[in-house]
Amino acid sequence: MIGLALKGISKRFGNTAVLDDVSLDIGADEFLVVLGPSGCGKSTLLRAIAGLESIDSGAIEIDGHRVDHLPPGKRGVAMVFQGYALYPHMTVRENISFGLVNVGVARAEIDRRIGEVARMLEMMPLLNRLPAELSGGQRQRVAIGRAIVKDPRVFMFDEPLSNLDAALRSRTRQEIANLHRRIKRTMIFVTHDQTEAMTLAHRIVVMNRQRIEQVGTPSEIYSHPATLFVATFVGSPAMNIFVATRIAAENALLQVRLGDGTVIETDVPAAALAHGDILRIGLRPEALQLCAPGTGLMNAKVDFVEFMGDKTYVHLSLANQERLIAVDGAASCARVGEMMGIRFDPRAAHLFDAEGRSVRA
Amino acid sequence: MSGHNATAAPRAWSAAAAEARSGLLFVAPYLLVFAILLVYPLFSGMWLSLHKADLFGGSEFIGLENYWRLSRDPVFLRSVRNTCYFVLLTVPALTLIGLGLALALNNQTRRSAILRGLFFSSSVLSVTIVTLIWRMVLIPDGGLIAAFLTTIGLPPVPFLSDAHLALPALAVVTLWWCIGLPMMLFLAALQQVPKDLYEAAALDNAGRWRTLLRITLPSIRRTTVVVIVIEIILQFQLFGQAQIMTLGGPNNASLPIVLFIYQIGFQRWDIGYAAAASEVLFCIILLAAMTQFFLAPGRRRG
Repeated sequence: MIGLALKGISKRFGNTAVLDDVSLDIGADEFLVVLGPSGCGKSTLLRAIAGLESIDSGAIEIDGHRVDHLPPGKRGVAMVFQGYALYPHMTVRENISFGLVNVGVARAEIDRRIGEVARMLEMMPLLNRLPAELSGGQRQRVAIGRAIVKDPRVFMFDEPLSNLDAALRSRTRQEIANLHRRIKRTMIFVTHDQTEAMTLAHRIVVMNRQRIEQVGTPSEIYSHPATLFVATFVGSPAMNIFVATRIAAENALLQVRLGDGTVIETDVPAAALAHGDILRIGLRPEALQLCAPGTGLMNAKVDFVEFMGDKTYVHLSLANQERLIAVDGAASCARVGEMMGIRFDPRAAHLFDAEGRSVRA
Repeated sequence: MSGHNATAAPRAWSAAAAEARSGLLFVAPYLLVFAILLVYPLFSGMWLSLHKADLFGGSEFIGLENYWRLSRDPVFLRSVRNTCYFVLLTVPALTLIGLGLALALNNQTRRSAILRGLFFSSSVLSVTIVTLIWRMVLIPDGGLIAAFLTTIGLPPVPFLSDAHLALPALAVVTLWWCIGLPMMLFLAALQQVPKDLYEAAALDNAGRWRTLLRITLPSIRRTTVVVIVIEIILQFQLFGQAQIMTLGGPNNASLPIVLFIYQIGFQRWDIGYAAAASEVLFCIILLAAMTQFFLAPGRRRG
């Protein structure tokens, strides 16, 4: 069932597009994460759905009803702001009840709902405090409580974890995931942090330059990036990208030569690459294995080594000075300045055409 | 030579002393001006108020005699009542209208920018210019209002020579003259209110009126207190407008305290008595301003 539908929405400020023909259907109980670098339009998208920004064209529908002409309060959406936006002069109780009082909910009903939310978020003892008397994590809870209490159709989170420290961030991430399991509603979560996106999302929308690059489950996004941008933005350390030239295809499978002369036979039919002989090949650092020099598909010199505890990041450079990163075991034998062989399954290579689009079998 | 064998403690001590000395040198110029022009006159004024003194040097200590005289001087008591009435007329109006203008003009349009400049422009005029302009508006003999009243068949109103209208007329002049400062202070405060509070309120279904009462006003509470205190202090010192437009008349109906002090001190040369009246004014202003701080709402829990 579709909870929220975006139909070709666009917005411009003067000559600059801030949203360019964005279309998307979001399930009624789906947890959707919008992922992208700053300035990609993800916050604008969220604010447009909330009604805090107008749209120039397109339609927004919630539960089949068009809402893009309605004021923010009438759309049935609630939002958790990046800076929480708690009313500083109101107690936690007043903060949470403000939206209910405004629409004339009865006093008894307000008290009942506040009690419910406060128990759910374990903030009973905080109800009579002012936001200034709360820690960052507690403010975060209040902001979430203020959203839940209105029982909206769509929940929106605008980078809600970016102001928390690392430990609290991971805990709050789990709490938000739990929250979604309990109240099955559409949730849209905007972030630039791929860990948050990977761990929380049913589906991830990767945005770049005011457009949607790819929509897919976390595993699809990671395993089959549709564009070069998605490939390099998702995954840490980032995917190694090499410029490659196609060479005469045998067996109808595409063969490419890397800058250092290595020839790779892919599992992609040559016919899939419609035009152009220059392409890019992407290899995830975790798909590369180090081996003795001369025994792998290519050789590279070790530039430096980062020991991470459970694994080691080995930074290398090829004969033509192209750099790459490989993830090795904790007991890596890579030594700075030495040559190493690199082995990988050619079928794990991602191919992108001259326009950055994925070329797949 | 000096500190080669000195222990660490005296050395640290002398360094701190040197820093204090150079710090003192930095603030010395202002401290000097402050002491000569503010502290010294404050105390010499208090001392003077305990004397029977005139401008020609004769001075005799009479204790609280001047204050006793003030408490029974009908002209002085009239001036205190006048001044309080004037403050009641102007301060709430300046605060409310200043806030209203700031709310209306707190946006980025060209029209608002021009209007902000216009409303503030009267503040840069001197009191003589202001009173000159308003004299042309208020005088019954060919003034702007009189001309208007005549055309609709009504008799002209002698605003400045009517005992009931003189102070309200001065209040209107003052409002026109002084509205710039409160408006600017409120504008500055409104710009400080985080935008996402308004967005949260919009998502919380708060209408314009609710947003004003529950979000905007509480957010600019401190500025409101500052505006009220500043205006109380300023308006208790009403002088120029009354001096130029009504001379305190008719029959002391628009005589403010400062004009009373001026007349006693510089026209009758009874400066001991004038000093005593000044001290009373000082206490009234202090008290009024302090009350504001204590009555200011919302100072809950430390």
